[in-house]
Amino acid sequence: MQHPAVNIINVSFSYAGQPAKLFNNLNLTIGAGERFGLFGPNGAGKTTLMSLMTGLQQQWQGDIMLLGNTIKTKSKHINKLFGYVPQDFALYEELTPVENLAFFGAWAGLSKTEIKERTGTLLEVMHLSEAANKTVNKLSGGMKRKVNLAIGVIHDPQILFLDEPTVGVDVQARRDIINYLLMLNKKGTTLIYTSHQLSEAEGLCNQIALIDAGKIIANDKLENLLAHHKQDGLEGLFLTLTGNTYSNQ
Amino acid sequence: MKLWASIQKDIRILLRDKVGLLLMFGMPVLLVIIVTSIQNNTFDLLNKTKVTLLVCNRDTGAFSGQFIKAVGNAGMFKIVNSANNETEENFKEDIGNKNAVLGIIIPEIFSRQIAAKSKTVTGKALNSFGLEGDTSKVNLDNLNSLTLYYSPAVQQSFKLSVQGALSGCLQIIESRQVLKNMYFAINEKPMPDSLQNQMLNNKLTIAEVPLSKNKDTAVLNATQQNVPAWTIFAMFFVVMSLGSSIVREKLSGSFIRLKTLPTHYFVAILSKQLTYLAVTLLQAVVIFALGIWLFPHIGLPALSLPRDIIGLVLVTLTCGWCAVSYAVCVGVFAQTQEQANGFGAVSIVILSILGGIMVPAFIMPGSFRTIMNLSPLHWCLQAFSGLFLEGGGLKDILINILSLLGIAIILQLAAFTALRRKKLI
Repeated sequence: MQHPAVNIINVSFSYAGQPAKLFNNLNLTIGAGERFGLFGPNGAGKTTLMSLMTGLQQQWQGDIMLLGNTIKTKSKHINKLFGYVPQDFALYEELTPVENLAFFGAWAGLSKTEIKERTGTLLEVMHLSEAANKTVNKLSGGMKRKVNLAIGVIHDPQILFLDEPTVGVDVQARRDIINYLLMLNKKGTTLIYTSHQLSEAEGLCNQIALIDAGKIIANDKLENLLAHHKQDGLEGLFLTLTGNTYSNQ
Repeated sequence: MKLWASIQKDIRILLRDKVGLLLMFGMPVLLVIIVTSIQNNTFDLLNKTKVTLLVCNRDTGAFSGQFIKAVGNAGMFKIVNSANNETEENFKEDIGNKNAVLGIIIPEIFSRQIAAKSKTVTGKALNSFGLEGDTSKVNLDNLNSLTLYYSPAVQQSFKLSVQGALSGCLQIIESRQVLKNMYFAINEKPMPDSLQNQMLNNKLTIAEVPLSKNKDTAVLNATQQNVPAWTIFAMFFVVMSLGSSIVREKLSGSFIRLKTLPTHYFVAILSKQLTYLAVTLLQAVVIFALGIWLFPHIGLPALSLPRDIIGLVLVTLTCGWCAVSYAVCVGVFAQTQEQANGFGAVSIVILSILGGIMVPAFIMPGSFRTIMNLSPLHWCLQAFSGLFLEGGGLKDILINILSLLGIAIILQLAAFTALRRKKLI
């Protein structure tokens, strides 16, 4: 039997110094091979949930399983299962893309040969070959985003967490990134994606969850949700379910 | 593999940080050259250059001439004569105009006073032997034969040594005259010059031995003092680069990614320590090499390496590790790069003052002596001084090395605890 990519079981969490719980017995299952989109207004808990799933945030109750492995063990084996592409540029700007990939590849446990192979492939599919030996601080925003993504997948993870992976990039770079993500998913990588770019999400995600004030208020296939709520797009669905007013004020 | 990848990453980042490299290599090199040159000049001034002494001799007797000759022979002064009819005000002005810091006016009565005083002393001496001597009385307490003028910039210790030298010369003139008088009174003929010289010049000599741990004579010069001292300062100044590198990594997104990868952050800290330990060793090699090969070409004494090279390597390694531990501690505790840079730089300056790098430890007040022991730079300097200045070996500086290791371990534990507390490892 195939394990779900992520299984969140009765998770409760509150930030230190804040008595109110952001998540209270939260449950969520993300199937393996899905292109899962997690959406919600600012402050809803998307990034926090992403941090819990990747083990960045600790001190929570309940359990989170990645491909059947509880992350509570803090086993290094679990870290090999997933890749993380944070919203911030999680790389060394003083290094070139090749040097960044070599360093993070080594930290991900790859051998020298594997790093060389993966680096060559990634630079090619992301159209980064020309920028391969320029330091990252000399690259455009779009190029940096691609390097940021390439580092997240250097070790060919089974689950890829993406936090606003295309923010601030031009149309061409965005297309490159989305096409690459779709290609990865076809090869079996589960994508767990969060963004405010709802039009982009419609083309990428096949499973949608909406989160508001720490609660999952909708979780289904995109077409089912649209049909159920009589909407023709994700933006309308989003506004219908989360309301027209700002929620984080 | 992971550690080596981290070291490669840290070296690459370091090599591309031109400002950091300038701070770690350029600044100390400049400092050691400038400070050594200045101190070398001071050494030369004190050891080789004679102090200019302006003399206004108003006396026409023989004793003033003898006195001036004796002062000249003392070896400490370069005598510059001023007009004998100069007013006191003009004489004071002349001291500054002729680049002298000292001047003496020999009054008109100088020879008469010496003669009278020696006559009185001779008379008293003869009387005490039961012989008949001149009993004319001169008030010996109120004799003030010379007036010494000095620049306010002259230090008290220097002034005292000048007074001592002048008093010594006066003593020679007076003693010679007393001897001559006594000889004449007893033998009724002048004292022969040979006997005079035998009696006055046959002084006991004072042997000078610099403090040294070995039998060779230790070399004390500006280079031997400054090169090790500023090498230590340079080593600890890696706090600017290493401290801010740790803070930058903590604050950047890369740190978040590192935490999601199957490698312990301890590897990153270890990599930084090894990289910067190599930097501190390279700093020492560069600065020592400058001392050995460049200094003689720019008119400075060449650095002479200690006889115990293994001891030198061990001390350099220990100082480097202590400096790196301090930088790691600053980097872990600082919240921002500004904090790391500001606190790092200021604290190193304070610790180096306390450690005796900038100000000699022996002139510090007693209350500072305990605080001084808390400065790792103090122990580094003690260890290097033991090797470079006192000619000691490893066993002579073992206590300093152990103290440094103790401080480094405390700093490492503090950094490790803070990393755990901040959930960074």
